[in-house]
Amino acid sequence: MLNKYPAWKNILILIVVILGFLYSVPNMYPNDEAIQITNESLDINESDLQVVTTALEAAQVEFFGEELSEDSLLLRFDSVEEQLRAKTAVEQALTENYIVALNLAPTTPPWMQAIGAGRMNLGLDLQGGVHFLMEVDMDAAIERRMQDNLGNVRTILREERIRTRGTNLLSNAQLEVRFANQEDRLQARSELIDNFPEIQFQNREVEGVFILDMVLTADVILQIQRDTIQANRTTLLNRVDALGVSEPTVQQQGIDRIVVELPGVQDPAQAIRILQRIATLEFHLEANIGSPRTSYETYEYVNPQGSQMVDVNNDVILQGDRISNVRSSLDQNGLPQVQISLDAQGGNQLNRVTRDNVGNLMDILLIETKSRNVAKLDENGTEVDEVEFYEEKRLISHARINSALGRQFVITGLTSREANDLSLLISSGSLAAPMTIVEQSVIGPTMGRENLDQGIRGVQVAAVLVVLFMLFYYRVFGLAANAALIMNILLIFAVMSSIIPATLTLPGIVGIVLTVGMAVDANVLIFTRIREELRAGIPPQQAIDAGYNRAFTTILDANLTTFLVAAVLFTIGTGPVKGFAVTLMIGIITSMFTAIVGTRALVNLMYGGRNVRTLSIGGIKPAKRAKA
Amino acid sequence: MFEDTEIDFMGIRRMAAIISAVLVAVSLLSLAINSLEFGLDFTSGTSVRLSYSETVDVSIVNQVLQANGYEDSVVVSFGSDRDIRILLPVNEDVAIEEQATQAVEVGESISALLRSESGSEIILLGSDYVSAKVGEELAEQGGLGMLVALGIIMVYIAVRFQFKFSVGAVTALAHDLIITLGIFSVFGIEFNLNTLAALLAIIGYSLNDTIVVSDRIRENFRRMRSGSPLEMVNKSLNQTLSRTLITSLTTLLVLFSILLIGGESTQGFAIALIIGVVIGTYSSIYIASNVILYLNVTREDLMIPVKDNADLEGMP
Repeated sequence: MLNKYPAWKNILILIVVILGFLYSVPNMYPNDEAIQITNESLDINESDLQVVTTALEAAQVEFFGEELSEDSLLLRFDSVEEQLRAKTAVEQALTENYIVALNLAPTTPPWMQAIGAGRMNLGLDLQGGVHFLMEVDMDAAIERRMQDNLGNVRTILREERIRTRGTNLLSNAQLEVRFANQEDRLQARSELIDNFPEIQFQNREVEGVFILDMVLTADVILQIQRDTIQANRTTLLNRVDALGVSEPTVQQQGIDRIVVELPGVQDPAQAIRILQRIATLEFHLEANIGSPRTSYETYEYVNPQGSQMVDVNNDVILQGDRISNVRSSLDQNGLPQVQISLDAQGGNQLNRVTRDNVGNLMDILLIETKSRNVAKLDENGTEVDEVEFYEEKRLISHARINSALGRQFVITGLTSREANDLSLLISSGSLAAPMTIVEQSVIGPTMGRENLDQGIRGVQVAAVLVVLFMLFYYRVFGLAANAALIMNILLIFAVMSSIIPATLTLPGIVGIVLTVGMAVDANVLIFTRIREELRAGIPPQQAIDAGYNRAFTTILDANLTTFLVAAVLFTIGTGPVKGFAVTLMIGIITSMFTAIVGTRALVNLMYGGRNVRTLSIGGIKPAKRAKA
Repeated sequence: MFEDTEIDFMGIRRMAAIISAVLVAVSLLSLAINSLEFGLDFTSGTSVRLSYSETVDVSIVNQVLQANGYEDSVVVSFGSDRDIRILLPVNEDVAIEEQATQAVEVGESISALLRSESGSEIILLGSDYVSAKVGEELAEQGGLGMLVALGIIMVYIAVRFQFKFSVGAVTALAHDLIITLGIFSVFGIEFNLNTLAALLAIIGYSLNDTIVVSDRIRENFRRMRSGSPLEMVNKSLNQTLSRTLITSLTTLLVLFSILLIGGESTQGFAIALIIGVVIGTYSSIYIASNVILYLNVTREDLMIPVKDNADLEGMP
């Protein structure tokens, strides 16, 4: 029968409608202002809650819905003002080891959270927050790789018993090895060339000294840069995640920059502290007894058995960026351990060193870059807070090498909490290269809210106007188009909140608005076609069918081309361009579904499968209709 | 509305071509001479951070600054309701090395001005020179993106339609973008990240319009056995006129409500799109079709190869 959808198709549409509704509804529940309290190294417990509660009562800040989990404490407030006051009060009451972060807590019912339905992420322009542009020090990353190579070259030459007259780093991408004669150099070159596939070798003679230059090729440098920024990005992401900032953005921009956006955070100094709490690992051997005082440093090693002083040799045998994977687990006796995997070169390197040092002790240093606020006097004599960075080195592992280590090895003798912390610190803390903040900006919460409110009002008014117009112009068919339009907006919200967690920004809202305007285009195309068919004297049922069929290719071509453009913009663009492209792409897909399949289902339900003489589609003059 | 019309659109195609050419030339000229009024997203600027002793109303600060010669400043609140940040465009005549000193001076004069105007205590937290947020990298990306997008569109249309239609669509796109930018340049409307997004939206919109018209032309060429290309293009334009106008109308309804209600931050966006939609509507009628005609589009260009084979096989 003409114009009847099979039952499965109607059910499918119904399911999509229900899902769309279910997953867009959470956006109706506004988040609570909240603060989240975590500790750098300890669990949060009841006594912390006690301290916080007392502090808040003393400051007369009202709070509710406190949630205490193993590693964090969450408190909710009625307004941003209360939230800010609470943060100050709590920070004063707790020691420096605690981190108090401004946060937003969801208020959606638990069953919605259980099915994964949540609110859409809002961009900084809509809810306020801090924005950082960080620059990765690529020169340092390359130099570190070369330092690493230098150590390797020395080990290999020592093992092969080739005498040198010294090795030097000439620039961050070049090192030289000096030899007394040509034969040594030739032998060294043939030994080294297999071990360093990424390096170019060149011979040079200066004043009777035979020099072998080793230079990183441009390709390798590019590769290092790519790996470095990727590694730094991952690290930042873990850092930000671990500290409970809701909905952060960490994005690469250009070859050496990373954008970090922390919505809801209003205090850049604190955010910097979070971002800069970054750690690197270094592997060292223990200093031999009697070695010169300048060749080692002494660290305190604390473990469950007590503490001891350890002399650590200054030579780095392995850098933390060689670690490819870390996880904590239990060994066959059920004791906690940390499993560490290295990349190929790291594995070779460690193997070479450890096989000569079985029975000796190996030390792992954790180097954390931290920052603190220091009161300083400016030129006018007033006191200002300045951020100062300092390094903190800690000996986290001091263990005997029982056999030559390879790409995989374990650290034992830890408590389970230590094993856990260590694996977390290594995986989230190891930065491939240092970073500096080149730009920071703060968007106030009031400004963000204003943008959001006005944007939403704009969408509402626009939708009402379009709905009225369609109803007036296309009558009953307009009704179907309007239902599809509303469905379309719901679907966009549902997709953006749950399926592809996209961040809604101001340009994104405009993208949605544009979809509202353009989504009816598909229906306009279909309906004008139906009217045309009716005018040509085709009976209503055939006119509906022909209208939909004929308009389909047009809609497909038009939408596909626009989608291609949006996809290109999404791949190439950053920030606002990307935000706009995402909403546009989602909008195109959902609008095609609702405008073609959705309205067809409704039209079929209203007109399909029965004898229809006239269609309420507007604009057909009675005289012409009589002719048909 | 506008159904069953028989307007001779292509009758004035030469005139339309001349008008478009003049508009594009004027736009390019203005872009070359006046350039664009780049917003702080694209240029460097001075950032002045102030802390008030009591709650501060951003709009009042804005008024004071506007009235005292800082017309292009942007005031935002940050951190608390007592702290504000003022962004000012940088004086381009000053050498880069001097910008930092310049920033300090600007900071001091602004805080002095606000202090005397408001009577409340204001602490100057700092004033620095900030580099452009997006600058060259984005310009490069944007330019490359446009080229890639145009290339992909050309290929797609060449496959689905015919190469002459690709040229038509891309010409219409370039036409719309250049004239929209030209209007921005002539009237000195600020060009920021939001307007950039609007330009991208115009690409989508204009393309959509052009494809719908091209689609009708393709269909008519395949269906109708008689009539010159010019007649067929005219007929297609008349058949799609109703749809073109209604879609433009609904989109403009949306854009005007954004312009009037959506607040300051979306105004630039709305203005850019309104200009773009109007020009896009015009270009989908007069530019793409006109180019196709100038390229001597024929029925053979659009014949479906498979169908030809079927016909041949059918012959005895």
